Amino acid sequence: MLAFIIQRLMQAAVVMLVISALVFVGVYAVGNPIDVMIAPDVTQEIREQTIRAYGFDLPLWQQYGIFLQRLATGDFGRSFVYNMPVLDLILSRLPATLEITLSAVFGATLIGVPLGMFAGYAPHSAAAKTIMGVSVLGFSVPSFWIGLILIFVFAVNLGLLPAGGRGETVTLFGVQWSFLTANGLTHMLLPSINLALFKLALMIRLARAGTREVMLTDTVRFARAAGESEWTILRHHVLRLIAIPLVTVFGLELGSTLAFAVVTETIFSWPGVGKLIIDSISTLDRPVMVAYLMLVSLLFITINLTVDIAYAALDPRLRARKTT
Amino acid sequence: MNVIAGPIETPLRGFIREFTQDRVAVVAFVVLTLIVLLALLAPWITPQDPYDLSNLVLMDARRPPGHVGSKGFTHWLGTDSQGRDLYSGILYGLRISLQVGLMAGAIAFALGASLGTLAGFAGGRTETLIMRIIDLQLSFPAILLALVLAALLGQGKWPLIAALVTAQYAYFARTAHGAASSERSKDYVEAALSTPLSSARVAFRHVLPNCMPPLIVVATVQVANSIALEATLSFLGLGMPVSEPSLGMLIANGFQYMLSGRYWISIYPGIALIVLIVAINLVGDQIRDQLNPRLKR
Amino acid sequence: MSADSNMPGRAERQFPAGPPQGKLAPPGGSAVHAVTSVGATLLLQVRHLATEFATRSGPARAVDGVSFDVHAGEIIGLVGESGSGKSVTGYSILGLIDPPGRVAAGSVKLDGQELVGMPRSRLRALRGRRIAMVFQDPMSTLNAVLKVSTQMELAMRAHGKPSKQEMRQRSLQALAKVGIPDPERRLDAYPHELSGGMRQRVAIAIAFLNNPGLVICDEPTTALDVSIQAQILVEMRTLVREAGVSLVWISHDLATVSVLASRLLVMYAGRLIEEGPTGEVLRRPHHPYTQGLIDSLPSRAAPGKDLLQIPGSTPSLTALPSGCAFKDRCAHATAVCDTAPQQTIALPRTWRCHHPLNMGAVTTAQGTR
Repeated sequence: MLAFIIQRLMQAAVVMLVISALVFVGVYAVGNPIDVMIAPDVTQEIREQTIRAYGFDLPLWQQYGIFLQRLATGDFGRSFVYNMPVLDLILSRLPATLEITLSAVFGATLIGVPLGMFAGYAPHSAAAKTIMGVSVLGFSVPSFWIGLILIFVFAVNLGLLPAGGRGETVTLFGVQWSFLTANGLTHMLLPSINLALFKLALMIRLARAGTREVMLTDTVRFARAAGESEWTILRHHVLRLIAIPLVTVFGLELGSTLAFAVVTETIFSWPGVGKLIIDSISTLDRPVMVAYLMLVSLLFITINLTVDIAYAALDPRLRARKTT
Repeated sequence: MNVIAGPIETPLRGFIREFTQDRVAVVAFVVLTLIVLLALLAPWITPQDPYDLSNLVLMDARRPPGHVGSKGFTHWLGTDSQGRDLYSGILYGLRISLQVGLMAGAIAFALGASLGTLAGFAGGRTETLIMRIIDLQLSFPAILLALVLAALLGQGKWPLIAALVTAQYAYFARTAHGAASSERSKDYVEAALSTPLSSARVAFRHVLPNCMPPLIVVATVQVANSIALEATLSFLGLGMPVSEPSLGMLIANGFQYMLSGRYWISIYPGIALIVLIVAINLVGDQIRDQLNPRLKR
Repeated sequence: MSADSNMPGRAERQFPAGPPQGKLAPPGGSAVHAVTSVGATLLLQVRHLATEFATRSGPARAVDGVSFDVHAGEIIGLVGESGSGKSVTGYSILGLIDPPGRVAAGSVKLDGQELVGMPRSRLRALRGRRIAMVFQDPMSTLNAVLKVSTQMELAMRAHGKPSKQEMRQRSLQALAKVGIPDPERRLDAYPHELSGGMRQRVAIAIAFLNNPGLVICDEPTTALDVSIQAQILVEMRTLVREAGVSLVWISHDLATVSVLASRLLVMYAGRLIEEGPTGEVLRRPHHPYTQGLIDSLPSRAAPGKDLLQIPGSTPSLTALPSGCAFKDRCAHATAVCDTAPQQTIALPRTWRCHHPLNMGAVTTAQGTR
């Protein structure tokens, strides 16, 4: 097991390196980085000065080399637009994103899996058909549209919840959190729900499909023949058997949800990392773009690795086999 | 003696028959066909070409549904912030959604399936190399990839399709690789390879058709995803240019007016988009259920 | 273990009014005869059981009017090819038929209690406790992601609230009883870590955990190596004798079943076509199909000669020929076989045929194995 983890960690390091190169080249090679930072009517002299100061006159691979060097010391550069270290910038916005992402993901799973299991257990009941029908919507409708509807219904028409922005925050461990205040929670609710809906629909559909398949197997028949109650069968047999694919998707969707936070944060003007990247793209704030993409990749790789380990832990058949 | 009565049912006919037994799927399919027809006939059944900027009269902007415009025809669904007839805008927007979604899906399918089959079939270094790249790409959220590419490549239909294809081909590749690997070890492949046929021919003419069912399953999901992704990108301002708005951009433009009660500018394009995606998903669901061997009794 | 049903001291078999009675033999005999095992308690009574499945071409009767009894301590063999309805009979008895199938008619009485139509909660209390089942493929029967100990605990907790220690004790005992060496280690193992034979023994152990009176075994040795098959057969026989449990052994393999069973029931196309003490049925089968089965056994073939086969193949349940289902494959079929033969009852033998074979002097019942 340890060998497996170490091997995967090394693979991850290589992948990160490749991604850093791709991202850096992709972002800096297109267009002219200097245009963002200086006014167009500046003299040629100042222009060249700035270019040299930032090292844009060097060949691309050299720029990349300097970038890597600085990276080793944790320096992601400074934002062109905000003129502060990128890492600080991202870290300051991260808690906001985490708040809505984590609440969305856990909410979706804790509600979605039981609903899906029920739908798979009694697939022809009216309740199950309703659940599946609604889940198709959650699954198909683009999240930005749901966000609009949520704002339209709850903020504009009903006036119950705020239409955007983050609520009051409380500082805990040196970080600003808004879920600890009532006002903060009301602001969190709509964006969380918006993020959660897609994942909820996904979890419902997966749990239903898995449950339906498992209920038809000999394992369930044998358990019934032994007199085990339907509840026991669902809780001990079905849940354990569908946990494996569910965990995999949970992990992959975790990263995806973080990525989709980009859209939600835009709609709800939520000051998180997602909004940051959108703004950076439109303002072509390159250091932020590079840093964000790399950090997201790192996150994804970490999640994939964790999912693989969890997979091996959940399915005893995999532990016996050699790695990869 | 057992006598087989009646014509033998081919797999395709059996598939279609089973499909028609599910009412929801049939309704969805009909709706889908209707939408495609509307989109195809758009230039002839709309009163206005929404892309021709000279057609737009600013005075007609933000008018509610049913308003009779200055050009003399009724704006059944109202107008947007630039005076565009929404009904026309929606039909043309559907055209774009379908075009881009299907093209991107088809290219991603072809590219991904070929790469995956090649990797699964060839094995060895080729397989490792290709799959490492695919895995690398899959460890990256598709939407971010599409976002960055769209931003870097600029606006327009083909950059958009390029971004979508790059975001999606990996799913096809992975599925094709899995299917091709397991087909590779089957007897019929050994038999085919021992004939004078080239490996490429065996791979594409014999193995690939047998990998179709899981690929079709992925395709049904990805087409809907393409359309949703395109709408999202357009909503964020990347993708189609302002002069050729897709449904996403129409919705984005109307966003600010929702708070002041002019809901139609966002809502109607939104409904059109949802109906399209839901119809595709329902049809896709049925196809997936029918292709799933584990649900057969 | 099984309560005495309200039956007269000398167990009698009666087939109540249902389909009209066929010819009775020998003439002058009454319809009620003494049964093979004198004084044995009637455990299971199946009468006119019919199970059908809804298919696209109409309902298919997988089990069509099957009746038989099982007494305490008996091992009966239910034989037939795939599609004969033997497994479905087993499932129907336990109420394990899922839609689109359903038990369409008939009665199944366990210890006098009617199982068909019984509310699910009561049925569940009986399953595993009074009547249990072992399936064919232990790899799909056992839950691959749960330890053996967990699966046994779940079966025990379904019928009581034993303590952890008690459950462990009982589990180890059960494993030892089915002949698993080193039960401590096996208990904490996962199914894939055990061999095929071991797994099936675990499944059998689970079936016997709560001391049921009747165990239905659906082809339990078919998926195993021949050598393991033989071992398990012997162990089952010992187990059954020691525990006084009754077995219904379902199989397509006539040779295996005859080793174990004291009585044979032969099914074809959902109908019970022959029944009797094992030795009798094998020596003097009445139904041409049974004769065909016996003749096609490899052990019966003369060395160097071709193996005998029954010509044709089993009809599909949705396209059954009218009348006798076997008529298209039978060498003795005549026009009268176009009407369905009724069941002839001459206890301890029954058969369903217009032209039964080996009808010479009918010997009195001799209950032997």
